[in-house]
Amino acid sequence: MGILDFLKRRPEPSAVVAKERLRIIVAQERSTRGAPDYLPLLRNELLEVIKKYVHVDIEAININVERDSGHEILELSVALPENAKPGTTAPAAG
Amino acid sequence: MTAEIIVVTSGKGGVGKTTTSASLATGLAIQGKKVAVIDFDVGLRNLDLIMGCERRVVYDFVNVVHGEATLKQALIKDKRYETLYVLAASQTRDKDALTQEGVEKVLQGLSDEGFDYVVCDSPAGIEKGAHLAMYFADHAVVVVNPEVSSVRDSDRILGLLASKTRRAEKGEDAIKQHLLLTRYNPARVAVGEMLSVKDVEDILGINVVGVIPESENVLAASNSGVPVILDENSYAGQAYSDTVARLLGEERPLRFLEVQKKGFFQRVFGG
Repeated sequence: MGILDFLKRRPEPSAVVAKERLRIIVAQERSTRGAPDYLPLLRNELLEVIKKYVHVDIEAININVERDSGHEILELSVALPENAKPGTTAPAAG
Repeated sequence: MTAEIIVVTSGKGGVGKTTTSASLATGLAIQGKKVAVIDFDVGLRNLDLIMGCERRVVYDFVNVVHGEATLKQALIKDKRYETLYVLAASQTRDKDALTQEGVEKVLQGLSDEGFDYVVCDSPAGIEKGAHLAMYFADHAVVVVNPEVSSVRDSDRILGLLASKTRRAEKGEDAIKQHLLLTRYNPARVAVGEMLSVKDVEDILGINVVGVIPESENVLAASNSGVPVILDENSYAGQAYSDTVARLLGEERPLRFLEVQKKGFFQRVFGG
């Protein structure tokens, strides 16, 4: 990239930033909507346990409650970092 | 109930709920419908000012709920349109003065009186008043500004409409949800300073029923107690008229989404 390109580069329009932030927070809030109140706490405690073995970020843990006819499914997914080593402090992916 | 109940709600305050309630109710009356518009903001009465009937309030919504006045006594007839009535909120009672049974009784009473539409102007927030305003609704108009906190709050409200209302609890057909984008500034959208219609639709996953441009005529209208829909020369008024037509099933393209270039005469003479 030439110096001219660098000078001409504009910051991202704030509306683009707003849209991206809203997209994420709305998706997250929808996934826990109507779910029991203890879910955020459960998520944090699970994070603590998982952290003992693998270093993951809180955003890598997804908790979902799905309602089917008559029963509920608590779904938990943890995105592990690519080169997961026990107890390492490597930054977690995604 | 034979009357269609429309709640105007948003979660966030100051986005234009009362302005919208007043204009939608007036617009429906212009179309020949018999309409009552009710202020659910107990303790913070304001719809009367926007409708221009603040000096004619004798009895209010809470009086009717508590049997201290009849519906006939409390309904304020609009001076401009024969079929338009206002039911004011109480200014002195607290928000617990409304009950679900009481609200149902009033709505049923309006239905029995032959009203076609009841517009419920919700208070801000998600507490009791807001809950009661939406509980019996058939349609919801969710007012949203192109701004992060308003968009997030409206998503929360959409969730409540789908779960905490009579239709949801009884397993009936869901409330028809309509998104109304207000205070839209095409010039700021054009330069990337404001979320666009499409941005808001994408985030919330629901299409808009109308877009009301930011307009100085809205303040002028509330200053004089005339719903802005009656200001036929203003873009905001015209956009509200379009919205009413769409709520009644008519298809109309969205207007005023582009930056308006002022013509020579407009620049010289204003407007």
